Order: sequence, then structure tokens, then C-alpha cells
Amino acid sequence: MTPSPLDYLLWGALPYVVNAVLVGGTVWRHRYDRFGWTTRSSQLYESRLLRIASPMFHFGLLVVIIGHVIGLLIPESWTHAVGVGDELYHITALSLGVVAGVTTLGGIALLIWRRRTTGPVFSATTVNDKTMYLVLTAAIVSGLTVTLLSAYTGFSGGEEVDYRQTVSVWFRSIWILQPDVAAMSAATLGFKIHVLIGLGLFSLFPFSRLVHAFSAPIGYLFRPYVVYRSRDRRTAGTTRPIRRGWG
Amino acid sequence: MAKQRTGRVMAQVAMVMNLDKCIGCHTCSVTCKQAWTNRSGVEYVWFNNVETRPGQGYPRRYEDQERWQGGWRRTATGRLKPRAGGRLKKLATIFANPKMPSIQDYYEPWTYDYENLITAPLGDDVPVARPRSLISGEPMDISWSANWDDDLAGGEELGSFDPLVQKLGERVKFSFEETFMFYLPRICEHCLNPSCVASCPSGAMYKRAEDGIVLVDQDRCRGWRMCVTGCPYKKVYFNHKTGKAEKCTLCYPRIEVGMPTVCSETCVGRLRYLGVVLYDADRVSSAAAVKDEKDLYPAQLDLLLDPDDPEVQEAARRDGIPDRWIESAQRSPVYLLAKRFKVALPLHPEYRTMPMVWYIPPLSPVVDTLTSTGNDGEDAGNLFGAIDTLRIPVEYLAELFTAGDPEPVTRTLRRLAAMRSYMRRINLGDDPDESIAEAVGMSGNDIERMYRLLALAKYDERYVIPTAYGVDEADKGVIDEIGCSLDFDGGPGMGGMGGAAPFGEASGRQQPATVENFHALRDRQTSDERSGPPRRFNLLNWDGNGRPPGLFPQRSDTEGEERQ
Repeated sequence: MTPSPLDYLLWGALPYVVNAVLVGGTVWRHRYDRFGWTTRSSQLYESRLLRIASPMFHFGLLVVIIGHVIGLLIPESWTHAVGVGDELYHITALSLGVVAGVTTLGGIALLIWRRRTTGPVFSATTVNDKTMYLVLTAAIVSGLTVTLLSAYTGFSGGEEVDYRQTVSVWFRSIWILQPDVAAMSAATLGFKIHVLIGLGLFSLFPFSRLVHAFSAPIGYLFRPYVVYRSRDRRTAGTTRPIRRGWG
Repeated sequence: MAKQRTGRVMAQVAMVMNLDKCIGCHTCSVTCKQAWTNRSGVEYVWFNNVETRPGQGYPRRYEDQERWQGGWRRTATGRLKPRAGGRLKKLATIFANPKMPSIQDYYEPWTYDYENLITAPLGDDVPVARPRSLISGEPMDISWSANWDDDLAGGEELGSFDPLVQKLGERVKFSFEETFMFYLPRICEHCLNPSCVASCPSGAMYKRAEDGIVLVDQDRCRGWRMCVTGCPYKKVYFNHKTGKAEKCTLCYPRIEVGMPTVCSETCVGRLRYLGVVLYDADRVSSAAAVKDEKDLYPAQLDLLLDPDDPEVQEAARRDGIPDRWIESAQRSPVYLLAKRFKVALPLHPEYRTMPMVWYIPPLSPVVDTLTSTGNDGEDAGNLFGAIDTLRIPVEYLAELFTAGDPEPVTRTLRRLAAMRSYMRRINLGDDPDESIAEAVGMSGNDIERMYRLLALAKYDERYVIPTAYGVDEADKGVIDEIGCSLDFDGGPGMGGMGGAAPFGEASGRQQPATVENFHALRDRQTSDERSGPPRRFNLLNWDGNGRPPGLFPQRSDTEGEERQ
């Protein structure tokens, strides 16, 4: 199957555009809007539901991310080399993926329900938040659907579509600047949709509250408890106008 | 005891509040609110609040650390760990802080539906302005606020919810004869060992090396909310609109230019004192980790260095503290009251944060009881006797200020009592009675000095604040406002200002308040020339005469003459 022009556009060009938006947007946001860079927590308004839903969503998501990293970055030949057969790999990936995916989905469903039904939380929700929630949920739902679908076809004796021969190959090829468009266009429609939603989520990332993920405070583990800082010498400069842009 | 070598000397701008003079007028709270927290997102926030004690405080029962887990805990190995958990536990619970007070623990802020007063249709009933929640926008019933139990201390209904009263247990009965009450104004303690700073995963909170003021870097705060839990005094607040932590700044833009904080400046009772203390930063963590909670107050006192000691002065210079700060420390009312006269005590030293707002406990409950029973409330003998007999106020004060040790409270109250009767003799024309001073381990001179500071309380003796250092001295106060002052990012000159911010409320760049723009602002505010865009006219200031500029939109043909 030869890739169509649309395939080249979606799997050859789009990833680089999204990458540029993600990196450039994040740098821009960091320079321009450090004050707006926050989780914008709504815990002050409502704590009871949040304390269940938020950890559920976030921890589920962490496992999902780890699963994606393993599935996309580690080539099939490597896992074969260490003696992990296809069946073992898929059962592990599938069971872990389904559990994590369902947890994440349950978490975000609860979070959205809380956001909609708790008055103060809903009134603090911006259009930006709503868009982000929509894309994020779509990404989770589509991801979970393709996982379950491929499991179903696998168990019902059909030809199981191995994303490790299509999506993963394409994903790795992006980073060596030789996108394997053919590999990606060979993937099933479900995977294609999931990838597109994922790309949408990435391009939304720098411009939404999702940026808080980039400031995961790992440094906290390695710093002394009490922080001393000298009076900022640069504040003298900020009375002069700061221009928008890169200057 | 051999003299210890002085470790790293640091300077701290500290405060003392003389509770005997607090009349509970809330002027400090109101002026602070006007200056700092009259914005949306911090409607419920009072950097300064005044509590009636005994009482629950604000937020309700914040002193119950079993529940809120604020401050530090001493581990079995003698080290300190935030009570709510160390680094790993903080990160593990980062997705939802399990110990964060909800808005109801503070109170739900409200406004009134004033519009109804003028838009209500004609009817038999007078229209009313119903309260509306500032959180949900819905009509609400007001059931609590930051000082809801104002003046109701000692009442069984509210007083028994006070965590300290519960600690004292059966002994506090709140019988009519035994009731006592005093006001406790509270701001951030600007601790030497701040647990809020220790709790901040982002490292956005810090203690300023030059003056010890604890601040939140608004550009680095990511809204993890751990500081709210970490602070045992619950004096770090979450701005629910910006998603960032905010706290009392000790009015650093004022302190930097040598002015007292807004709460001090406006205090009607003139009960606040501001001054520099020098302390040994290397010994802070060991002092905060002493085993017995009752040793924490002496350990904290021991950290304060004598600014008149040449060795301390030399060490201070070695550590980069300028001479004018050392001189200021020598005249510091805080050092005098806390360390020399030992009448100012820290609030809840058992939290192990080494708080730097000190309190002179009130003698008035004792005096009131004496005079109400027909005794002379200013006689030294009577007062000393009463301090010893009136166990309940003393024990309650000890729970507040000395981790339950009544001895320092008694000593302080005796000194205040001695001052009263010593000075009364002088005012009545009698000879000074040195024995009164000696009975409390002071000299007559000391007492007169303390009297001058506490009773006369002259402005320049209450507030001894050196101007900031750490910026380039040559640059200090010199502003060159190059270009248009409105041309900052997002300002009117950039086509911004007032419009919706791109990523939620108040995103974009902030203009920091600094020494540098303080002078620029003052120049602009006091100059005769108009520097900003044409202002809107404030109708509240209009006397009804004439046609002031700005009241109506400009008419293009008459613009020249009307402007003038």
C-alpha cells in the first residue's frame, strides 16, 4: 500500500509542526507567562471528590505514560532478544494498559462530573479548560478503545494488529528526521485517530493548564528544606518596559 | 559555659505586639486588607487578623495540629521533619493535598446584592440587599467569618471549641467569675525555621537572606498548596483565582524604604514594634530540634545575638551585614523586649518554626479580676499574688506562648505588674521603690526604659527600620523611567490592560513592587503634572458644582477650553 498525499501530510509533516508548537509554545509561555503557569487547583472549593478523583486520574495517567514510552520506544527486536515473547508482552501490556486506562478514564470522568456539578468549580472553568478536557478525554477514550479492540480481535482469533510494527516504528522514525510514513499509514483507523488526537493534545499543551506537568517538582527531593534567597537584584531592571517577544 | 563561636550571622526584621494595649478594633486587619487583599481570589484572605481568645481563631481551630498537621515534628533520631510528611510523602500526595483547609474552614466570602436596592419594582416592602456568595455567586446565609466570635470569648458555646481550652480540659470552666478575654492580632510569623518554605515542592517560597522576610515567588509558585498545610499558623493562603499561594509580605516595599508595615502604621493602640534582630543562622535547626518542647522558647531566645557585643558585630560584618543594620539592631525595640527584658514571647514555639512575631502577654485579665473584687489593681503585692492565684489565664497564656510552661508567662506578667506599681509611685510623687524592680530581677532604670517603650511608645522608638541593602547602593532610589510608563507588557501602551488574560485570570507579567518603583510612584503621585491617561471622574468626591473634567465624555469642539 503506497501512502497517499494525505498520509504524507498527516504522518510526515504534522508531527514536526506539532513538535514546533509544543517546544516553541512552551518556551514562549515560560518567558511570557510564568505567573499563569500553575495547576489552577480548585481544591479550595471542593475537596472530598477531588481527593479520590485526582490521584486516581494522575496515577493512572502516569502508568499510561510509562506504557506509551515502553511501547513506542522499545523496538520489538529488543524484547525478543531478552526472551519476552509476543504473547507474554501483549498480555502484560494489555492487562496493565486496560487497568491504567480504566482508572484514568474513571478519574477524569469523576473530575469532569465534579467540575460540572460543583458550582464554584464550574464557574472557575474557562473555555480553555473545556477544550483541554474535551481533547484529553477523547485521547483517553480513543486509546482505551483501540486497546480493547485489538484485544478483542486478538482473542476472537482474528489477525491482531501489532502497533509495534506500525505506530512505534513511525514514532521512532520521526526523531531521526526520516518519518516512516508507510509504516504509519499501514496502521488501523483506530490507531490513526488516537495518534491524531494525541497530536492535538500536544499542540494544546503549552497553551493550557497542562503545562503544570512540566513543572513536576522532582528537585524537591534533593534540596534542603529551608530556601534562602537574596533580594532580587534584577528587580531594578523590571521597572523598565519589558517587551513582548524574544528580545 | 564556654562562649560559642558565632556562626553565620543573619538579620531579621521582627515584630513585637503588646497585647495589653490591643482594643480589638481591627484597624490593622482592615488597612492590611485594603492594601493587599482587596482583589478577587483573596476575598477570604486576611494577612492580618485579630482573634478573640479564648476562641477558635481563623481559620477555625487552626491550632489543632493533630488535624491540620502544620509545623515540624521531631523524629526519633532528633531531626526535624514537616509534620505533614517529608519530601517523598509530599510528592506522593501532590495530586490532592489531604490536609488542606476548605473555604468553609476559613469562611465563605460574600457581597451584597446592592443592585436590587435600585432596580426592585415599586412595592409595599422596602427592597433589601441580600448576601451573595463571592465563590458561587448564589444567595447565601452568612454563618461564619474571620472574626465571627469577636468578643464572645469565654462563652461555653464557642470557647469550648478552642483547641487550647480543650487541652487544658476540665480546669477551664468558664464560670462567670473566671472568664477572661483578650485580643490576639496575628500576621505571618516570618519564622527563622519556616515550615511553609520547607513544604514548597517548587522552591518558590523563600526566606530573604537580607531581612528574613518570608515571601512567595509568584513566578515560580505552581499552586501545589503544600505551604498552606505546612504553616501551622495557617498564614499562607491560596488565591483561588490566580492559583498561587499568597501571604503576608511584612509590607516589604515599605520596610525596604524604612517605613513600618501598614498594620503597624495604622495601629490605633500603638502596640506594634518593628526592629532588626541578629541571629545565628547555623544554630537554628539544632535550636528548633531540642527535645523538650518547653526548652524551645529559651533555645529561640538563645539564637538572638547581642548587637552590642563586639564579637557579634565583627561576625555580622564578616557575613555582609552593613554597619547601619548593626546600628539599627542596637536600637531595636524587639531585641530589647524579647531578649533583654524578656517580656515578649513567641507564639506557639512548640510548632518548632521559631516565629519572629513576639507577643507581650496581657496583664489585663489579672488586673481586671483584682479590681472587680475591690482590690487595688496597681499594688505590686496584690498583683504578684493574683498572678500566682489566677491559674487559668496564666495556663492559657502558657499554652499560647511557651508550650505550656507557666514560668516565663508568670515572670513576664510580674515584670509588667512591677512596671505598673513602680511607675505609679513616681506618678504620685513618691520616691521610686527599687525593691519592686528587684523583686522581678530588674533595675529601676530598666523599668523606666521599658515604661518609655511600652507606655509612651514614641513612633521612632517603636519602629527602628533600616533601609534595604543588597541592591547596588549607587542604584538605590534612582529611577530612570526610560520610555513611556504605560508601555509595560500588557499595559495600555501595548494595547492591553483590563482585557482578559490569555491563560486564566491575572496571567501575564506582573509589575513587582520594589524600592525602585516606590520612589517613581511617589514622584508621580505627588507631582502636579498629570502623568497617566485622562482619569474617570470619581462621583463620590463630587460636591455637585460645576462640570469637572472627566465627568462627561469630551466634546471634540470644546476640548481645548474644558481641559485646562
